[in-house]
Amino acid sequence: MSTNVAVIGASMTQFGQREAWIQGLLAEAGAACLDDAGVAPDAVEHLYVSNMASGEFEGQTGVPNALAHDLDCLPAYTQRVDQTSSSGGAGMYAAWQSVASGASEMTLLVGGEKMTHRSTGEATDVIASLTHPVEYKHGVTLPSFAGLTARRYLDRYDAPRESLGKVAVKNHENGVDNPHAQFQKEVDLETVLESPIVADPLRLYDFCPITDGSAALMFCPESVAKEYTDEYALVSGVGGATDTHVVHERAEPTVMGGVVESGKEAYEMSGYGPEDIDVAELHDMFTILEFLQMEGLDFAEQGAAWELVEEGKTECDGELPINTSGGLKSKGHPLGASGVAQGYEIYKQVLGEAGPRQVDADVGLACNVGGFGNCVITTIMEAGA
Amino acid sequence: MSRESDSAAGEPAMAAARYADGSITYPPHPLGPDGTERTGTIDLSEHTATVVTWTTSTATPPGVREPNHLAIVEFEIEDESVRALGQLTTNDIEIGDEVQPVYAEELRDPEAGIREPASQDWDGYRFEPAD
Repeated sequence: MSTNVAVIGASMTQFGQREAWIQGLLAEAGAACLDDAGVAPDAVEHLYVSNMASGEFEGQTGVPNALAHDLDCLPAYTQRVDQTSSSGGAGMYAAWQSVASGASEMTLLVGGEKMTHRSTGEATDVIASLTHPVEYKHGVTLPSFAGLTARRYLDRYDAPRESLGKVAVKNHENGVDNPHAQFQKEVDLETVLESPIVADPLRLYDFCPITDGSAALMFCPESVAKEYTDEYALVSGVGGATDTHVVHERAEPTVMGGVVESGKEAYEMSGYGPEDIDVAELHDMFTILEFLQMEGLDFAEQGAAWELVEEGKTECDGELPINTSGGLKSKGHPLGASGVAQGYEIYKQVLGEAGPRQVDADVGLACNVGGFGNCVITTIMEAGA
Repeated sequence: MSRESDSAAGEPAMAAARYADGSITYPPHPLGPDGTERTGTIDLSEHTATVVTWTTSTATPPGVREPNHLAIVEFEIEDESVRALGQLTTNDIEIGDEVQPVYAEELRDPEAGIREPASQDWDGYRFEPAD
């Protein structure tokens, strides 16, 4: 049996348009996490950096090495984790593995991305470069995949367009209470539905923004956690899966196989099922993704997630609050940071430290999606004894 | 449904692969869906397809036309279905419409995007409403 893996500290920077570059953003979150956990830098044995594209965005590579120096963590083993938009979730998986295997007794995970110095078109192209050549040459983007999928979903399940808009309204409302969120303001449904078209039928407010930011988590064996604190979370389950990157080849465009398979793994490892989850952070890079993950993780029947949204069941006072942090939609989406920031929110929720965002939660789930469901990590956390 | 080939114009094929189990993929892969061997090639440009879904993208990357109409379409070939994603010539389209491939020498400006121009080809087939 592998070691129980605990999380004993968490941090995240302000998300939004930041002056700092990638190295500075990572160092800010990393130092804050060391402080939050009460861990001395020289106690860190493994340091993982979740980042998709610092080379492409700013011509900066070797960031884990630089970060270890900046945080005074030398000679800790360092490794970059790139799994596109799910780099953060993959970092949590890597950090869990490092501790569960016995390879490290103190692992710091820092995720971050610097994007806002690029134009929307340039940033979109960096992300779209993950697509297959036969799709890339047609100018496909991740937002256009979302438009294609949303039209199929609305048509196939006879869902109202407004239900997607209500995801944006909900997550913006949640983001008001998150001081780290890029947008701390509400939007009404009319504003969402009348905003400019980006990928028909989806409009501007169906999409997350381009964001700078960083987040961090500290992992160690549960036995070591007890030496530091009485307040820690446990990684109850984690699962990762990959689907084809040739998106048009998938049997059904509204089903994300990576979500289904990673969720199954995480549920099996944790011993929990969808009915046991009290709070979830889902990868709402686009509003339609919240529906697809709710269904892939068995929170809703196939084609019925929109009904739960219409009934208010995913709001903070609903049966299953989703994206209490504001989600990527409101909080922002600095690619490599997002999965770690999801973990930050679940950690805070299960420890009862989420402040005005706090919901009644003993067990929480984070689902981090790379590409358009190309690679997915699902993580389940609960409060330690 | 097949249509008359335009190969006389010297246009390259829209090549899909057929595998030993009868399945077809576009693009071709080294192995079929269940690990089966490739047995041949099918030119999808000689067939019509049905629109599965479509979108018009208005926030396009450098070198991509704006707006960019895109569709996922499905070909039915000898009881096997195979899908492709490609640009549409029009947004006057509905799910279920029949379309046909039409060749374009350059689908986007290879010099404008992040991907190395020599790393892939840039011509291909758009879809237009079937005759």
